[in-house]
Amino acid sequence: MMLDKQGIAKRIAKEIKDGYYVNLGIGIPTLVANYIPDDMDVVLQSENGLLGMGPFPFEGEEDADTINAGKQTITMLPGSATFDSAMSFGMIRAKKVNLTILGAMEVSENGDIANWKIPGKMVKGMGGAMDLVASAENIIVAMQHVNRAGESKLLPKCTLPLTGVSCVKKIVTEMAVLDVLPGGGFRLLERAPGVSVEEIKNVTAGKLIVEGDIPEMAI
Amino acid sequence: MNKVVNGADEAIHDIENGMTLMLGGFGLCGLPENCISALVKKGVKELTCISNNAGVDDFGIGLMLKNHQVKKMISSYVGENAEFERQLLSGELEVELLPQGTLATRCMAAGYGMPAIFTPAGIGTEVAEGKEVRNFNGKDYLMEMAFDADFALVKAWKGDTMGNLIFKSTARNFNPVMAMAGKITIAEVEELVEPGQLDPDHIHTPGIYVHRIFQGSNYEKRIEQRTVRKIENDVR
Repeated sequence: MMLDKQGIAKRIAKEIKDGYYVNLGIGIPTLVANYIPDDMDVVLQSENGLLGMGPFPFEGEEDADTINAGKQTITMLPGSATFDSAMSFGMIRAKKVNLTILGAMEVSENGDIANWKIPGKMVKGMGGAMDLVASAENIIVAMQHVNRAGESKLLPKCTLPLTGVSCVKKIVTEMAVLDVLPGGGFRLLERAPGVSVEEIKNVTAGKLIVEGDIPEMAI
Repeated sequence: MNKVVNGADEAIHDIENGMTLMLGGFGLCGLPENCISALVKKGVKELTCISNNAGVDDFGIGLMLKNHQVKKMISSYVGENAEFERQLLSGELEVELLPQGTLATRCMAAGYGMPAIFTPAGIGTEVAEGKEVRNFNGKDYLMEMAFDADFALVKAWKGDTMGNLIFKSTARNFNPVMAMAGKITIAEVEELVEPGQLDPDHIHTPGIYVHRIFQGSNYEKRIEQRTVRKIENDVR
């Protein structure tokens, strides 16, 4: 059974450790916040200038001055801190943020990521993605294993313009959890329940490394 | 040290065609709404605008785009704006896209009197094309130049007549770094107070960086993505 978006988010949440400062990108990564265990002390960073991002406000309590990087109205939690955009990327560049979770259009077997531009289509911009991938030491990509045309998004080499080079450490898709080996290659760590290694092989264009028995994800 | 001007029209009176402006804000949050309205009214053209985003069709910098006042946008993300897209595709508008942290830090460098910064953002991508790369401790960094802007237009929550500024919540965003970076900085505030009414320890931008300040009015503070939680069984 392939995971849905919530399932991917749920699996990624298991990568978060107590005491982490975490930056969540737009899309599936945003959903990860819903699965962080209550007893875990985790602070969410929003790159528009906030540490300690809380849930969406109750209806009628929206504050136009309090938004996240996706421009959604949000709340702050006790202990939150606000700061300017330069400081926000300062803490990212200085590796104070422990984990960055973001989406991708393509990832290559050496950890390159492409997620901001499709030639021939209107380019909206990279936002903070290039800063995040260039500096973060711990980057997890949340994405579908294949694109809408059914082609693999895990490639020997990215075909789209790059966002960053040799930076992705781990990938969670609807089918698998994989890490990117320092020497290159996607190492299969876990399979979605009921998904076979063969099925994953068939949709992984880049070098797939399968060592021993691959366990099913425990979600 | 009284920096007070009579309003947005007076504050921007000497902004001329072809100038480079910084405009604070993130999305539609923390925008210098009054200054933007005054610029639209004045009709000054051929502007280069440094701002994280380009507003939406009928709000923020989108209003200046609709009025064909912008020659070039320097931004990190320009989605959500149909007129922007039309002008870009027709070649009327030029756009330079930069990583958000690079954009912020190039403002910061200007405000700190530093000619350039080194950042890893964009290494190995098209952003690096034509830029100097330096290696420090085994890692490559791009050299990015401090911005040079004729005017910075920022929005603060409170300010005093000496130009000291306090920002509110995430409406702070690019405003303080841009305030430091303009050759002339104009601040519009929701609440203008007398010197002594702001706690010196709470000031985000010292007045030395601010040349003109005025009490803003009629803030719309539009919300781009209104997201809420349902109140379940009246329990919060």
